[in-house]
Amino acid sequence: MSGYGSPAAGVVVPAAPMPAQATVWAGSHQAPLLDAARLALARDLQLAFRKRGQLVQPLAFFAMVTMLFPLAISPELARLREIAPGVLWAGALLASLLALEFLFRDDAYDGTLEQYALSGQSLTWLIFAKTLAHWLLTGLPLALMAPLAALSLGVSEAAVPGIVASVAVGSVALSLIGSIGAALTLGIKRSGALLSLLTLPLSLPVLIFGARATQLAITGGPLLAPLELLAALAVLGVTLAPLAAAAAVRISLE
Amino acid sequence: MHDERLDVESLHLWRGDRHVLRGVCFSLASGECLQVTGPNGSGKTSLLRTVCGLMYPEAGRVLWEGRDVRSDLRTFHCALVYLGHEPPLKADLSARENLRYWIGVRHRFGAAALEDALERVGASPWCERLVRTLSAGQRRRVALAGLALSMVPLWLLDEPTTNLDTEGQQLVGSLIGEQLSRGGMVLAAVHHELPASLRELRRLELA
Repeated sequence: MSGYGSPAAGVVVPAAPMPAQATVWAGSHQAPLLDAARLALARDLQLAFRKRGQLVQPLAFFAMVTMLFPLAISPELARLREIAPGVLWAGALLASLLALEFLFRDDAYDGTLEQYALSGQSLTWLIFAKTLAHWLLTGLPLALMAPLAALSLGVSEAAVPGIVASVAVGSVALSLIGSIGAALTLGIKRSGALLSLLTLPLSLPVLIFGARATQLAITGGPLLAPLELLAALAVLGVTLAPLAAAAAVRISLE
Repeated sequence: MHDERLDVESLHLWRGDRHVLRGVCFSLASGECLQVTGPNGSGKTSLLRTVCGLMYPEAGRVLWEGRDVRSDLRTFHCALVYLGHEPPLKADLSARENLRYWIGVRHRFGAAALEDALERVGASPWCERLVRTLSAGQRRRVALAGLALSMVPLWLLDEPTTNLDTEGQQLVGSLIGEQLSRGGMVLAAVHHELPASLRELRRLELA
């Protein structure tokens, strides 16, 4: 039985019992789930504004990609207008992918995820709050920048609302899909390549419908159908992605 | 709520082909402290992580108030706080902000309780500074303030005295003493003996 530790492992000398006192443990002041989720969201937002470099990086990337096309292809507005949906969406997809790596990495590193998992709150909700913060910090700014990029590609102002709507809704789906990939690759060093490999195929429907919606917005066609499909993807993501990401985070903590 | 009790029944844990925990058994009742000792790599941290449910043991059970914790992890987690060997702090937030978020996610507390906890660990003079500017010992003290602030019956501490000066180590001792005297329990993995001032001290030696 050499495998069974030292004898002491099994036998513990009982200590004198302490007099029980009337103690109110915190269990009775458990923070409501929404408060906890709001704190998790506020923490991520505050941290993001403390390290603005990380915040600006994907946005700068998006601006650069969309600005290189007119220089590389031709300054002819008619041609640029034709490729604008593809340029905008490929740029947005890659920019959101770039930001994904930061979604859980720091929290895994400094033990925050561990504390979330042990907080007695629903990890799914806390992960959802984190993903929401991530969208507010990358998806929403991308949606607001997209019209500027579109205008520089010769798109008329009439298309702006449609473009903002499609990028805003589509990026919700991208953030949520990405959260699963980011959680799954948590235990891996230099996970960037694997993360793209996992996330890109799942993101393709968003790219396809997003680009279609943007194209219809530019040509003035009815863009409700692709927008609704994007919204459906986002809703599917909201309901399922946090569950999957939370499960993946739990596994990574083991 | 005075029958809090932790029972650990013959835990076996494998990491790859290493048999880390080999049938560890112990139980903790209200007001008891158990210090887990053993050489590096003997599984002290694994034991704590298994007890709190982060790791899944291959065999054995952890019982909280007589019920298997796997059947209701949420309730068990509400009753415990786990402090790993790195304080779970954000480098870009101040000590005070860190505590507000970290413990606030768990339960509600008043502003006065927060100030008391900071005062208790001697963090009041520098609680507005970003954690990245604090020394390792100061960070450890912030983590201890979190411990003092979270009023839960079970503390799981991994090397709580690391990086602390003599006075800080005594602080750990007195925090544990208070926890025990209000009927709490402490399970601590330690290298250095906990201060001898604690009378209710038992030891579990891992091989």
